[in-house]
Amino acid sequence: MQTNTMKGKRKAYIATMRILMWVSTALTAALVVFLMGYVLYKGLPNITWQLLSTKPSYLTESIGILPDILNTVYIVLATLVIVLPLGVGAAVYLTEYAANKRIVGMIEYATETLSGIPSIIYGLVGMLLFSNNMGTCLMAGSLTLVIMNLPTIMRTTQESLKTVPQSYREGAFGLGAGKWRVIRTVVLPNCVDGVITGCILTVGRILGESAALLFTAGFAHAVNGIVDGLASPGATLTVALYVYAKEQGEFGVAFAIAAILMIMTVLINLSATLVGKYYRNRRSI
Amino acid sequence: MSNIITAKDLCLWYGQFKALKSISMDIPEKSITAFIGPSGCGKSTFLKTLNRMNDLVPDVKITGDVRFREQNIFDSNVDVNELRRDVGMVFQKPNPFPMSVYDNIAYGPRTHGVSSKSQLDDIVEQALKDAAIWDEVKDRLKKNALGLSGGQQQRLCIARALAVQPQVLLMDEPTSALDPISTSRIEELVSDLKKKYTIVMVTHNMQQAVRISDYTAFFLLGELVEFGKTDELFAQPTDKRTEDYITGRFG
Repeated sequence: MQTNTMKGKRKAYIATMRILMWVSTALTAALVVFLMGYVLYKGLPNITWQLLSTKPSYLTESIGILPDILNTVYIVLATLVIVLPLGVGAAVYLTEYAANKRIVGMIEYATETLSGIPSIIYGLVGMLLFSNNMGTCLMAGSLTLVIMNLPTIMRTTQESLKTVPQSYREGAFGLGAGKWRVIRTVVLPNCVDGVITGCILTVGRILGESAALLFTAGFAHAVNGIVDGLASPGATLTVALYVYAKEQGEFGVAFAIAAILMIMTVLINLSATLVGKYYRNRRSI
Repeated sequence: MSNIITAKDLCLWYGQFKALKSISMDIPEKSITAFIGPSGCGKSTFLKTLNRMNDLVPDVKITGDVRFREQNIFDSNVDVNELRRDVGMVFQKPNPFPMSVYDNIAYGPRTHGVSSKSQLDDIVEQALKDAAIWDEVKDRLKKNALGLSGGQQQRLCIARALAVQPQVLLMDEPTSALDPISTSRIEELVSDLKKKYTIVMVTHNMQQAVRISDYTAFFLLGELVEFGKTDELFAQPTDKRTEDYITGRFG
C-alpha cells in the first residue's frame, strides 16, 4: 500500500498549503479592512465644514485645514506643469529619436533606480539645491517633487509610446509626413492614456509625500493665492497631518486629514483604472 | 513607353547581410509591375527602397542608384518627404490611423499644406471614389476608420495614398491579409488605377501577377533573375530558375 500512503501524504500536504494560503489571504484582507475602517471611523466624525473652510487661529483656538488643502492643490498643479513637458519630452526623445540604444538603456536604468530611492533623500537634496537658494517655499517643494516624479512620467509615457503600432508610423511616413508631424499627429494622440496614467500616479504620490516636503516646503498654514502661495512656505495635507499629530497632539484633526487623503487616494486609483479602460476600449473599436 | 523609375546596380545590406545584389531594372510608366519570388528573396526590400522607406530601418547600407524621373533619390538635396508624396505606399496589413475616415484621407493633403475645408472635401471625395469605396463610406465619413472591414480598410488605405496625388503607388502584398472577395475587388481597382498611376506590386500569388500585371520581375536570394512582359515571362521564361519557380518546383 505504498502508493496509498503517498497519496495520503500528498493530500495532507495540499490541504495544509491551501489552509496556509487561505490564512494569509484572510489576514491581508482583514488588515486592509481594519486599517481603512479604523481611519474612517476615527476621521469621518471630525470632518466638519468649519474644519474644511477655515484656517487655524490661536485667537479662537480653532483648527482649519483650508490652507493645507489649497497648498496641496498648488503644489500638485505646479509639479505637473513642470514635470509633464519634461517627462513627456524626454520619453519622446528616448523612444523616437535617440539612436544610441546603449545610452538609452543606461538612462532608463538610471531613472528606474531614481524611482526606488527613499523620498527623504530627495528632500535632503531639494533642501540644499532649492530651499537654500529660494527659501523654504512650496515652489522648492514642487521642484523637489518634479525630480522625484520625473521617472514615473517618463517611464509610463515611454511604455505607451512603445505600444503604438509601428504600422501607424509607417503609414504616416509613407504619405510623406516628417518625423515631428508623425509624432505629433499619430504617435502622441495614441499614448494619451499612458501620460494620463502617469499624471494620476504622480498626483497620488504627491498627496502621500511628507518626507521630501518637510525639508523643502515648510509648515505654514496661511491662506494665499497660487502665486503668493508657491512663493511662501506652506504645509500640504500630509505634512499638516504629521504636524498636528506629532507636534500638537491633535489626533482628531490628524485622523480627519487621514480620512480625506485615503478617500482621495481611492478616487485617484479608481480614476486611473477608468481612464486606462476608456482608452483601451477606444483604441480597439 | 517611358520609364518612370530606373534602378542601377542597387545593392543593399542589413548589417552584414546582403539583401539585394546589384539590381538593375526599368519600371515603365502607367503600367503594373509585379515582383514575385519566394519569401526573403528581397522583393519587399527592393520595393521599400523605391521610396526610401528603408531609411526607417537601422543599420541599412545602400550602394548604386535609383532614379525617379531622372533624379537620383539618394541625392542629399532630395526631400524624402516629397519623394514619398510622389511615390506612395500601400502596406501588407491595412493600417488606417485610429481616426475618422475623413481624417485618414485628409492626413496626406494636410501634411502637404492643404488646409481649406472645401478643397479637402473635394480631395477626400475624389480619392474615395478613385479607390471604389465612396459609396460604402460616404455616410460614415466621421466614424472611426477602424470600424471598417479588412477589405474596406485596405481600399481606404489606397484612397489615403491616392489623396496626395502620387505618380507611383508601391503595394506590398496588398491582398495577402484579405479574403477572396476583397482581393478581387482590389485587383479590379488596381487594374483601373494604372490609367492614372504607375503601380509596383509585390505579390506572393502568381495567379495574381498573371491576372493583373503588365510586367513581372522574379527575385531569388537578393538577385533579380528575370524581368520582362508578364505574358512572355510566364509563357517562356529564359532562366531555368524562373521556370522552376513558376511551375511550382520550389518556393
